[in-house]
Amino acid sequence: MAGWPILSLTTFLPLVGAASILAIRGDAATVARNARNIALWTTLATFLLSLLLWAGFDPNVTGYQFEERADWIPAFNISYHMGIDGISLFFVLLTTFVTPLCILASWERIQHRVKEFMIAFLVFEAAMTGIFCALDFLLFYLFYEAVLLPMFIIIGVWGGPQRVPAALRFFLYTMAGSVFMLIALLVFYFNFGTTDIPVLIAQGHTLSSSTQIWLWLALAASFVIKIPVWPVHTWLPDAYAEAPGGAAALLAGVLLKVGGYIFLRFSIPMLPIGSEVLAPLVYALAVIALIYVSGVTVMITLAYGDLKKWVAYATLAHMGFGYIGMFTMTTQGLQGAVIVMLSYGLISVALFCCVGMLEERANTRDIARFSGVVETMPVFAFAMMVFMLASLGVPGTSGFVGEFLVLVGAYQASSWLALFAGTILVLGCIYFLWMYRLVVFEKAERADSSGLKDLNWREVAIVVPLVLVILWIGIYPDSFIHETTATVGDLINHYQTALAQAGSVAVALH
Amino acid sequence: MAEIPSILPATPEIFLACSALALLLLGVFKGDCATRLVSHLAAAALLVAAILVLSHSGARVFAFNGMFVVDGFGVFMKTLVLIGAAAVVMVGQGYAAQQRMNRFELPVLIVLSTVGMMMMISANDLMALYMGLETQSLALYVLAAFRRDTQTSTEAGLKYFVLGALSSGLLLFGASLIYGFTGTTNFDRIVAVLASAPKAEIGIVVGMVFMIAGLAFKVAAVPFHMWAPDVYEGSPTPVTAFFAAAPKVAAVALLLRVLIDPFGGLTDQWRQIITFMAVVSMVLGAVGAIQQTNIKRLLAYGSIGHVGYIFLGLAAGSEQGVRGILIYLAVYLVMTVGTFAVVLSMRHQGRPVENIAHFAGLSRTHPMMALVMALFMFSMAGIPPLAGFFGKFYVFLAAIEGHLYGLAVIGVLTSVIAAFYYLRIVKLMYFDETPVESIDQQNDGAVTVVLVGCGVFTALFFFFPVPIMSGAASAAASLFAG
Repeated sequence: MAGWPILSLTTFLPLVGAASILAIRGDAATVARNARNIALWTTLATFLLSLLLWAGFDPNVTGYQFEERADWIPAFNISYHMGIDGISLFFVLLTTFVTPLCILASWERIQHRVKEFMIAFLVFEAAMTGIFCALDFLLFYLFYEAVLLPMFIIIGVWGGPQRVPAALRFFLYTMAGSVFMLIALLVFYFNFGTTDIPVLIAQGHTLSSSTQIWLWLALAASFVIKIPVWPVHTWLPDAYAEAPGGAAALLAGVLLKVGGYIFLRFSIPMLPIGSEVLAPLVYALAVIALIYVSGVTVMITLAYGDLKKWVAYATLAHMGFGYIGMFTMTTQGLQGAVIVMLSYGLISVALFCCVGMLEERANTRDIARFSGVVETMPVFAFAMMVFMLASLGVPGTSGFVGEFLVLVGAYQASSWLALFAGTILVLGCIYFLWMYRLVVFEKAERADSSGLKDLNWREVAIVVPLVLVILWIGIYPDSFIHETTATVGDLINHYQTALAQAGSVAVALH
Repeated sequence: MAEIPSILPATPEIFLACSALALLLLGVFKGDCATRLVSHLAAAALLVAAILVLSHSGARVFAFNGMFVVDGFGVFMKTLVLIGAAAVVMVGQGYAAQQRMNRFELPVLIVLSTVGMMMMISANDLMALYMGLETQSLALYVLAAFRRDTQTSTEAGLKYFVLGALSSGLLLFGASLIYGFTGTTNFDRIVAVLASAPKAEIGIVVGMVFMIAGLAFKVAAVPFHMWAPDVYEGSPTPVTAFFAAAPKVAAVALLLRVLIDPFGGLTDQWRQIITFMAVVSMVLGAVGAIQQTNIKRLLAYGSIGHVGYIFLGLAAGSEQGVRGILIYLAVYLVMTVGTFAVVLSMRHQGRPVENIAHFAGLSRTHPMMALVMALFMFSMAGIPPLAGFFGKFYVFLAAIEGHLYGLAVIGVLTSVIAAFYYLRIVKLMYFDETPVESIDQQNDGAVTVVLVGCGVFTALFFFFPVPIMSGAASAAASLFAG
């Protein structure tokens, strides 16, 4: 087993599925059915394959596992280098776990050009997995940008009524963020003559502090666009609201987490001085974004707005927690950040799928059109409640573990920070409970939701795994935290040593 | 007296010139009914010339008393030009036959102008440079006006001729100044003169500026770009394809050789000019294209933007910069030929259509064509992992290595703006359902071959980048060694 390139297989297996879908011939109904089946089974197989990664992962080892390396552009000293550590392991698993669920969520929603949709979806999964496995900066960048192509097509072809501007905005904003990362990549390459991530991590701290700050800002450009910070936030609600069911879930559940992953993989280990100096900026932006996003969510609830936009903002609020946790540079904060991102990845997917189920039945996304759903759809109401309580961070769900750890870390960094971050939890309660009451309980004259059918087997198959994993993380988080301990410890060690060295150099210069 | 062996390095040029004459004779005797045959033979001659070029060892060899040089750089560039020209001849034939411009002169003129381009690339003397440039340009003027019965084509020809003559004048004026101040026209001796003087005389710098202006006309860099959109739009599409592909590559090659070889010592002086032109070309290329509705005009602005990126690499003035440019050119050539092959196939009931609205719904009616076009558009926008990204990547790399951070930032920002209009084509093809007018099925074997070839190259370049990378690296090294 050891000799197998499991990472490459996991990454590229979806492409094999896409190629076989491309080969399907026959009448429209057959093609659609076969395309759906192939896509589902391919993604399930990919998930099983990625479980091998978890099984074979040695939590006590620092550094990278399942490494693969091959010459790619030898003239430029750039190689195909893959590998995972305790942090990326869970991002890979998150991707492979939710993709089949998202395909199930798109099962009936997508009725036209099914073949193309499934191909785009599988390509998206491959690129997404590649992002988290790449150990070469250029390779990472390639996967990172390659994600845009299928998502652009998915939003633009199968999206809602405003899909075209939403797709264009999504593409251009994201690209604008990532081209600065390209410049950072080039500066790294110029300084160290390689784009190999482990080498860059080992040597990055030797850069001068002004260079580190500029590079850090370049890397953060994508974060600013994704978190989102005014005035570059306008792409986000449109893209999420217009993306077809399963795709919005993937967008929010997985793609959004890449911003955090960039910090963990690049900014913090490679640019310790930059991270140290600019951490307050991250705190400020994260807190402002948290308040802004929560405010907008409350407004949408009050105005009986678009349910999908509501979910987009509601799930966004929690990314701020992840960012705060990372930059506290404490063991609890970092582990909390990983768990927060993992758990909100699952919760966003779950909430988007739930909204998709409502939309499929009632053909509307207006909060105002739903009421008393609990009468007609009790199973749905129960699942929705679990996801909502998890978002609120109720103990026993995945949300609690991450938020608790982050708050512990934030308190060590600054008690004010912990106070602000804690405030968001209260705001979250307002809009989550309010929305839940409006849609699920309140019996108003809004009659559109009478006669809705409860979940069918396909939908139960989406909801049950999500509920189980969310509870698993909440009740026995150690199976997840355990795997990340060594990596996080190593990251903090590296960070402190690098800072200390930089400090001693600064002292020696004086 | 030139000895016989000393003309051997020019074998490909001589072969191609003789083939052009033979094809001309064949055409004259057989008449227009032989156009198809002449086209095929022309493409074959261009490919044979490419093989002859490639069979050169890559060592630096002179001919014609040092006026003509063959080196790794020349071999790389000539190969690009020849492949581009051959591909255009192949895809243009079917179009020409259908659009009542089925005349054997078209391929012959393309071959003749290619001979001029090869002379330009190998020029090692101001005289040889001018001769090559004019051989190329004269054929191009005729090509632009090839559909002399239409107003737009004659307008394009006239415009190109007047502005081309002006730019040749500028170039000649600059060359005469340089001759006056250095006393030589030979590149190697100019280098020696510049090296011996402690500070470059102002006359040489002024002459160099005029030469750069003249050459900037040929590559359509802002502010010498005005002709490009009109000429691109007015010329018959196969000719536009040729304009966008081969002469651009040849003119960039010439500019590189002039700036690196004789004026390598004046890098600080020309860098300001090139930097300025890079910035304005990138910005104008990106912004100007947004409003365009004609696909050929749009691609003209796109190519202005591409020149901006090429100048970005040139501004670095380093071997890495030139290497980046060579990779960029190779990729650009393939994308351009592929894109124009699609544009050539866009016909409604036999009539060519050029409005971008006609791309609407193409993914339903012509799924494969839409797919390759989408590949080219994404690639031109520089989205990884497609070939266009690598072109930009190495150019930006050189800019960063030259500490041109501001320039690199402007470059990446304009590439985002440029992505908008390339995406617009993809949007039309994939997101808009109803076609304005139905597009005919294309059943031209040559076009299909070129489309598949270019599409595969664009999509899979990341998989096997080594041949082009190492070729570009050794070509750049040979330019700097000289």
